[in-house]
Amino acid sequence: MKYVDDFRGAEACLAMARQINAAAADRSYRIMEVCGTHTAAIRRFGIPAMLSSRIRLISGPGCPVCVTSDAYLRNAFRMAADKNVTIATYPDMLRVPADGMSLQDLKAKGADVRAVNSALEVLEIARESEGRTVVFLAVGFETTAPATAILAQRARRERIKNLKIYSAHKTIPPALLSLGRDKELCLDGFLLPGHVSVVIGVQGYRRAMRSLRLPAVVTGFEPLDILSAILTIVDAARHRKAVLRNGYGRVVREGGNPKAVSLLKEVFVSKDSLWRGLGVIPGSGLFLRKPYDSLDARRTFSLRQEDECRLDNGCRCAGVLTGKIEPSACRYFGKQCIPQKPLGPCMVSREGTCRAFFETR
Amino acid sequence: MKEYISLSHGSGGALTQKLIREIFASAFDNVYLRKLDDASVVELRGGRYAMTTDSFVVDPIIFPGGDIGKLAVCGTVNDLASCAAEPRYLSVSFVIEEGLPFDVLESVVSSMAQEAGQQRVLIITGDTKVVPRGKADKLFINTTGIGLVHKTLEAGMIRPGDKILINGPVAQHGVSVLAARQGFEGRESLKSDCKSLWPIVKLLLQEHVDVRFMRDPTRGGVSAVANEMAQSSGFSLVLAERDIPVTASCKSFCEILGLEPLDIANEGKMLFFIGAKDAHRALRILRSVPSCRRASVIGDVLSERKGKVYLKTAAGGSRILGMPVAEALPRIC
Repeated sequence: MKYVDDFRGAEACLAMARQINAAAADRSYRIMEVCGTHTAAIRRFGIPAMLSSRIRLISGPGCPVCVTSDAYLRNAFRMAADKNVTIATYPDMLRVPADGMSLQDLKAKGADVRAVNSALEVLEIARESEGRTVVFLAVGFETTAPATAILAQRARRERIKNLKIYSAHKTIPPALLSLGRDKELCLDGFLLPGHVSVVIGVQGYRRAMRSLRLPAVVTGFEPLDILSAILTIVDAARHRKAVLRNGYGRVVREGGNPKAVSLLKEVFVSKDSLWRGLGVIPGSGLFLRKPYDSLDARRTFSLRQEDECRLDNGCRCAGVLTGKIEPSACRYFGKQCIPQKPLGPCMVSREGTCRAFFETR
Repeated sequence: MKEYISLSHGSGGALTQKLIREIFASAFDNVYLRKLDDASVVELRGGRYAMTTDSFVVDPIIFPGGDIGKLAVCGTVNDLASCAAEPRYLSVSFVIEEGLPFDVLESVVSSMAQEAGQQRVLIITGDTKVVPRGKADKLFINTTGIGLVHKTLEAGMIRPGDKILINGPVAQHGVSVLAARQGFEGRESLKSDCKSLWPIVKLLLQEHVDVRFMRDPTRGGVSAVANEMAQSSGFSLVLAERDIPVTASCKSFCEILGLEPLDIANEGKMLFFIGAKDAHRALRILRSVPSCRRASVIGDVLSERKGKVYLKTAAGGSRILGMPVAEALPRIC
């Protein structure tokens, strides 16, 4: 626990918080964390209570199930309704609502929906399900995408014909560009996601950050990691300097994980992708490359076009996901929309902004 | 839309509360049940007795530090103890799945007998059912207990300024069961804390410690019980994370799996609400018991009447400690 306890001491954390508050004496600073684990950690450690109200920590779109579009879910429901189809996906996806239903509801009504913790488990399920088509709903950022890439490679190599992949994988740097340019948000800097950075490295952000000219720090998940990143950002923003720092050097390397990066390049091609709440972000989606056509659910099933989601249930997740409102500004928050019965996806996962706010409200 | 029972309805968290209130309590309503306590106290000729019942479905049925039999005795004894009742009689019902090896059943029964013997509680009646393979999972046990009440305690006796004590490290039971289920073999350090609590409760009562209320933080852990207490007393509570004992191995295990130790079940812990003047004496008495060396004062009752639970985090911040929402670990007891 050394590497945990050393980063959690109250004395060190409070000293750092005092430095931040002193540095932010002149004006307020708007800093966005785009990673759901950061959102959860900030709330869990009680960090907002340490900081002056001048430091505005804004939660971005950092939870994979939260940014998955209604259109994607509707297609998934349609496949799940097919008696010859088994759906496999990560557990949180089962509870994500769209059109008043979820995969879990379909499962209770008899659809074959399996929760997996690793993409490679799907290989096993496909082998055991002869005569059925197994569709993997592949969601997540650069963190889970390499596992899907390995799954695709193995399924192709081992000629597993009944396995299909429906990829909703997304990449973070294009989302940073879109959020960083948002005039309404008017951000002073980013806490960059530690886990994604393990894969893409600091170098993965260079292009985006050069174009945005905002301070950004690759940040770990302990309170001292988060506080020291905030201090770096406030200092840089105050002097109008655009810095890109690695504050999580004990885990993240400049070049990331080259093997994972090359896997992604080999299996996926980047195209425009629809994010719930954020709309279409250019070049932000990972889609299977041509050699993997036979595995691509988009080519096997006649799926509907993934158009801009309607969000007409009154749920204000678009505002929450883009950091424009706090969850409590939504009239359903904590009332009709609770973790047991989520109206919108942000209330589903522990990394969802609404759920993180609900649990520490 | 038609609603179905989900595993979360059994997690001891918010959904369990809702189920109990809306389905059971409303159907069976009477003055005893209305308190929704772990046990109910009834007046019978010449004495006050507490009665409680509990079913055990833990998976696996044998785990480091105990088994379903010991758990069934301790769990019921502890529900009585939390009402300051001395456990006297137990009933035991077994639901057995066809195909359960005899030696497994024998070892479970012998650990029940041993625990009951140590606690001087008699198992005076029972029932056995066997169901076809696959219709139950190995072995389910229900125990009902009757105990003699030594002191009347109610959540309404909790007052601002009271101290909150716990008799040792949290999360050990849930972590041990989860570790055993996931096949983390040979982790001796991840042992369940499964233990009968009447001896320490008796000790505090004998010494006339000003115990206002107590509750054993089983399902939903300290978070759930603290929230229940805050709601039923009406006062807000504040807990200091730094003072809540967690063993190093439990802490690492929870950290790796992203679990919150405060949300995890205990089977040998009691949360005591003690009048401020007696808090240090109570702590000294508890710490004199070998299994309670790490007993600690972990929080205070505030005068704010909001029924919330605040947590001063170890990192120096503060936040609300909510009721755990979903099932972290089903079938831990």
